[in-house]
Amino acid sequence: MTKMTILKRSQMLAAVLGGMMIGLGTSNTVVADELAAFKVGDMHSGYVYTAKETRALQDDDFENPGMLWVEEGEALWSKAGANGKSCASCHEDPASTMKGVAAAYPKYDAKTKKMITIEQVINREIVEKTGGKAVKWESKQLLSLTAFVAYQSRGMPLAVKTDGEAAPFLAKGKAFFYKRRGQLDMACKHCHEDNAGNMIRADLLSQGQGNGFPTYRLKWQKIGSLHRRFRGCNKNIRAKPFKSGSDEYVNLELFVKSRGAGLKMESPSVRR
Amino acid sequence: MTKMKVEVLDRRQFVVAAGAGAAALITGISGANATPEKAMELMTKLTNGGAAKAMDGKIKVDLPEIAENGNTVPVKVSVDSAMTADDYVKSVHLVSEGNPGPEMASFHFTPASGKANAAARMRLAKTQNVVGIAEMSNGTIYMSKTQVKVTIGGCGG
Amino acid sequence: MAKARVKAPKKAKAGDIVTIKTLITHKMESGRRKNKKTGKLIPRHIIDKFTAKFDGVEFFSSDWHGAVSANPYMSFSFRAEKSGEFEFIWHDEKGEETVKKSKITVA
Repeated sequence: MTKMTILKRSQMLAAVLGGMMIGLGTSNTVVADELAAFKVGDMHSGYVYTAKETRALQDDDFENPGMLWVEEGEALWSKAGANGKSCASCHEDPASTMKGVAAAYPKYDAKTKKMITIEQVINREIVEKTGGKAVKWESKQLLSLTAFVAYQSRGMPLAVKTDGEAAPFLAKGKAFFYKRRGQLDMACKHCHEDNAGNMIRADLLSQGQGNGFPTYRLKWQKIGSLHRRFRGCNKNIRAKPFKSGSDEYVNLELFVKSRGAGLKMESPSVRR
Repeated sequence: MTKMKVEVLDRRQFVVAAGAGAAALITGISGANATPEKAMELMTKLTNGGAAKAMDGKIKVDLPEIAENGNTVPVKVSVDSAMTADDYVKSVHLVSEGNPGPEMASFHFTPASGKANAAARMRLAKTQNVVGIAEMSNGTIYMSKTQVKVTIGGCGG
Repeated sequence: MAKARVKAPKKAKAGDIVTIKTLITHKMESGRRKNKKTGKLIPRHIIDKFTAKFDGVEFFSSDWHGAVSANPYMSFSFRAEKSGEFEFIWHDEKGEETVKKSKITVA
């Protein structure tokens, strides 16, 4: 069974990559003040762990490639479905009707008697209200609409409800976060709780927060969902990934977002 | 801090860590990479032989010291020139010494550009030098070389 | 047509040098990546030329290769002398063109 050494940043400096890491170290030393908006107590947004050139891409709405999907979502908002209705037909002005909505998902759904994500709600609306067919999780349409709806909550704190009917699902999500899995026998917490701020080879580990999704990930060269990231992380530790929209990931999303409660939404964020 | 002992990283990760597989990860195939010689060959072609007499100065190529991800590396070029009808920058070429191929992008200016400035985002397959070469309207050529460190992330990038 | 956006000033004073920014969605498929399932090379498909014109006259252009990132960003300068219309053209290797226009008033 192989495990991994996650080295302290100072140890990394001494390792093979030597001089390269000194540069990396200094570029990530920032004054606490300027990042205060990205922290809530000990919980830090992924922005804090992102290089300054990448942050610059997020900070400017024109330069942010994720905004291309927000624009596409805006166009889809008013596009009539098979029955002639569009999102706009009922929801009208998204800036007011969708304000704060994404920040509160996942929510408990009385119909399915489990938690439901914003993607699942959007798909349900496409089918039930506009006469359309459900679209794939990572499809351009769903990513664009999710990005557009999430953008309406930008700047607002993550605020998922975790009591009442949501409580048992939160417990499941929390259990997932702390359970070891895969050939590397690691749990989410080993990187994102125990080693956030440390280097894993040449990457700076974040806390694995969910406040920036959907995010334009430089690695993906496009915008992507939180569940896509979960799948990638699980594959990285050689665990079989679950499906996007699976109960496991929906519950994990609930836990991740409750853990980061209060962090401001940054969708569409830019991450590596 | 929790520290876990390691037996061995799987061999593919080792090769990747050594940099040799970096191009493969980003580009999908590990084939013959560009080299400083291939880069010079391309620059000679682009400048009709002028690259051999390239001088230092005038051209500035801004690149991060360390690229967080080789897929999207912001680059800014600027050439010191008044951009008048008699004296302006005709073209700036960006050439790679370490990508699968040396060609990256060329920018063509006119006096109406006002300034010989351009910014774009490039792919860099691995740690390498990026060469900027500026051709002036009077035939003089200026060159600058910048090293960018491109890292492979901890969990497959 | 790919989705493009342009940030160009609508007003300027004669002699001002303004910055124009552009962004377009495009995979910029380099032709060097393999399809993970089939093992075959994904065919190359990139935007190879960007052109900026003012009142029909080209003032800036750029040749792009596979090393240009996906969803390419391009910014450049222009010396405003008179009022008129910009035209920005992205040409991809398959012959598809995306065009955006923008007007500027120069005092």
